[in-house]
Amino acid sequence: MSLRTPLNSVLGLGSAKDGTSHFWGQRVSGIALALLGSWFAFCMATMPGFTHADAVAFISVPLNNILLLLLSAAIAYHSYLGVQVVIEDYVHGHALKLTSLIASRFVHTLLAVAAIYAILKIGFSA
Amino acid sequence: MAEFRLPKNSRIKKGKHFAAADGASNVRQLAVYRYDPSSGDNPRMDTYDVDLDSCGPMVLDALIKIKNEIDPTLTFRRSCREGICGSCAMNIDGGNTLACTRALDEVKGSVKIYPLPHMPVVKDLVPDLTNFYAQYASVKPWLQTRTPPPPDQERLQSKDDQELINEPAACILCACCSTSCPSYWWNSDRYLGPAALLASYRWLVDSRDEATGERLDELEDPFRLYRCHTIMNCTQTCPKGLNPAQAIAETKKMMVERKF
Repeated sequence: MSLRTPLNSVLGLGSAKDGTSHFWGQRVSGIALALLGSWFAFCMATMPGFTHADAVAFISVPLNNILLLLLSAAIAYHSYLGVQVVIEDYVHGHALKLTSLIASRFVHTLLAVAAIYAILKIGFSA
Repeated sequence: MAEFRLPKNSRIKKGKHFAAADGASNVRQLAVYRYDPSSGDNPRMDTYDVDLDSCGPMVLDALIKIKNEIDPTLTFRRSCREGICGSCAMNIDGGNTLACTRALDEVKGSVKIYPLPHMPVVKDLVPDLTNFYAQYASVKPWLQTRTPPPPDQERLQSKDDQELINEPAACILCACCSTSCPSYWWNSDRYLGPAALLASYRWLVDSRDEATGERLDELEDPFRLYRCHTIMNCTQTCPKGLNPAQAIAETKKMMVERKF
């Protein structure tokens, strides 16, 4: 039985003085994804075909290349923020929570870098 | 990790049935959650047949009748019986509300009554609200100023400014909103919940209060404020028709506003 007062438990370690940057980042990346996602959907709907050559031709257009890079970065960032919320909501053990958050950051970074590398490689080699 | 099934000793069993007296013609059944932690038994659902011809129209009337005439061991909180004290908050027909303002004829079939969800149960329909009240106290729900009050009168407020706090100040702290919030269920140790955040908002928008910055500083936290995911169960269930979800959204807007 804890002899701490209920107020002591609620106040805990105090305010983290952070949270709004996460909230704001989620909204801004959401707006970016709405715009980039619409562009990407439009491009996919108007693609002449889906062969390897069609894909390479599409990615090597400079504007497409730049927007695809932005789309990849925005998806990775937005997904990382979202997964972070899910982990914080549902994973309560401190060690498991920190491990999950670090693993999520690594996986999202890996996916983003891989996507960016692939897009740049096709863009510069085509 | 989150638990998706009740612990073994919390699973609800079938309880006793209390039949109506002979000759009762207008009978309504109430199924009521019963739990006594000191007994060591699992919780159970007791069913009571209540004669509505000799009972008031509200769920609370039926509970009082059960306690007075059928089963005096039934335990619940009640006081004002007119929706202003918040004591008789409980889960009726699947939603959190006040037993004194929920009419029996608004519920179809058997009236199922549980304590407020996801709170420790003291006995039967009485939840332990210690943490809930401490969260309320943590937002310092009182006027904080640096300017001394005028010597000859109270601190004045315009009519428009008063209207800003009119609705949030009408909260009766019944805990229906906080205990309907899934985010509060999972993280009530760190998330303040809609009731405390509504109380905080009441002081954030009070034109006389001079601690807005300090109040926002205290809420600037991934858990205290930002565990709200705009699920809006709070607003849907509030028996006073208040809108805690909007108050939380407005608080988040203030947080962003002061950054740019």
